[in-house]
Amino acid sequence: MKMTIINMDNMAGSHLDEKVIASMEPYFSFHYGNPSSSHDLGIATGKALNEAREKVAGLISADADDIIFTSSATESNNLALKGLAMAGRKKGNHIVTSATEHFSILNPLKTLQKEGFTVTILPVDNYGLIDPIALDKAINDHTILVSIQTANPEIGTIQTIDELAAIAIERGVPFHTDATAAAGWMPIDVKKTKISLLTLAGDQLNGPRGSAALYVKAGHRLQPLLEGGIQERGLRSGTENVPAIVGFGEAAHLAQQSIHERVKKMASVRDNLKESFFSEIPYLHINGHPEKRLPNNLNISVQFVEGEALLMRLNMAGIYVSSGSSCTSQALKASHVLTAIGVPPELAQGSLLFTLGVGNSLEEVPYVTAELSKAAELLRNMSPLYQQFKKGE
Amino acid sequence: MQAYSDKVMEHFKNPRNIGEIEEPDGIGEVGNPVCGDMMKFTIKVADNRIKDVKYLTFGCGAAIAVSSIVSEMAIGKTLEEARQITNKQVAEELGGLPGNKMHCSNLGADALHKAIEDYINKKK
Repeated sequence: MKMTIINMDNMAGSHLDEKVIASMEPYFSFHYGNPSSSHDLGIATGKALNEAREKVAGLISADADDIIFTSSATESNNLALKGLAMAGRKKGNHIVTSATEHFSILNPLKTLQKEGFTVTILPVDNYGLIDPIALDKAINDHTILVSIQTANPEIGTIQTIDELAAIAIERGVPFHTDATAAAGWMPIDVKKTKISLLTLAGDQLNGPRGSAALYVKAGHRLQPLLEGGIQERGLRSGTENVPAIVGFGEAAHLAQQSIHERVKKMASVRDNLKESFFSEIPYLHINGHPEKRLPNNLNISVQFVEGEALLMRLNMAGIYVSSGSSCTSQALKASHVLTAIGVPPELAQGSLLFTLGVGNSLEEVPYVTAELSKAAELLRNMSPLYQQFKKGE
Repeated sequence: MQAYSDKVMEHFKNPRNIGEIEEPDGIGEVGNPVCGDMMKFTIKVADNRIKDVKYLTFGCGAAIAVSSIVSEMAIGKTLEEARQITNKQVAEELGGLPGNKMHCSNLGADALHKAIEDYINKKK
């Protein structure tokens, strides 16, 4: 019998689109030239690089010249923060961000604090939203950068990014957004929203790992993290990873073409999954915003049980998910995102994150529900918290 | 992520002696939901020996496997013998635990010892 495999942890890893693989293959074999070379081998890959740049720019309505290819969203975020802070040091030393940002934002900011920068971390409400008035108040004469994610990868909450960007820009402060989780899953237009810098990654769009970009609007000066040659306008030295960049371009192109169908399909599977869970399993809680969330994201807490044990039970049934419990993190701390939105520790421990991908379908919903129901029941029966709760009923 | 040993997985899949003994001779509780692991052991004692052990556990895969194997290790032992069981022995019996789980999830022996102490205190 073939074992069921249902990947609902697509944010951690999603398989490459076949068209993406096909687009990359020639650049491992025939077109191996260095884009910096002036001969035909280099000209061929240089052309591919430019086409990929056009496609990635197209996904966010940017000018191709403003796209810098990097190795990961982590690198893009580091380049945005450290690059802008170090280049803008004479203008000021204050940076504003939010409590639910990814560690590739929060940790570089800790380093910048040691370098003499001051950082304001804006709180979020119980849904994970930032109050625009709080942002306006946080900006002062020394503020040189605001960095707020477009959507949260864990709870899926989508910020009112147009409004937040406008507040910073009106005050003359560059606005960076980490759109890693959002790009390809919601329309993004950097011109309309006046965003100054934006991070996106190929592996969140069924593209290859090792492919990411930072959009840097013309006129913004950054100090590079890596110094060397003049690749990527000198902002990211090192010979370009052409196959990965070509694959990223193709993935961005496909995402742009199919964004409306993808969003609709994912939201339908997600909503169905959520309704099925809540009608079949008692004592569940939703984490994040009920509506303003990414269409592929569902985050729930299963009360009275711990997330890693649930994850392992689902794994035994061929269902792959993620959790924000302490035990699933290397640091052994409950998710900082769940803590920031005020989820009590016990419920944070029982959190499960489902990130859907194009491979998921409505047909999977009953099986996943049945397995989660079984796992929850089994673990609740051995949970001291559940037995205590039942006695109190 | 570091994989669990086969023995841990076996106990996680089929945990032994789950539950709560009615009118137990001793109760031992450790941990809390904030740290992620919580165990409640109940024991039955006769003729200075542990006749029965049951537990309720809130926690990760390691915590569940630890509880299960501690219950197996303790049943039939004299109180003195059971008090000699260490968390280190429990981990060894399970074929090892990932490094980061050694301290937070490996609380089974502590919970058992507390239950024995509770029994001794009650008897006084």
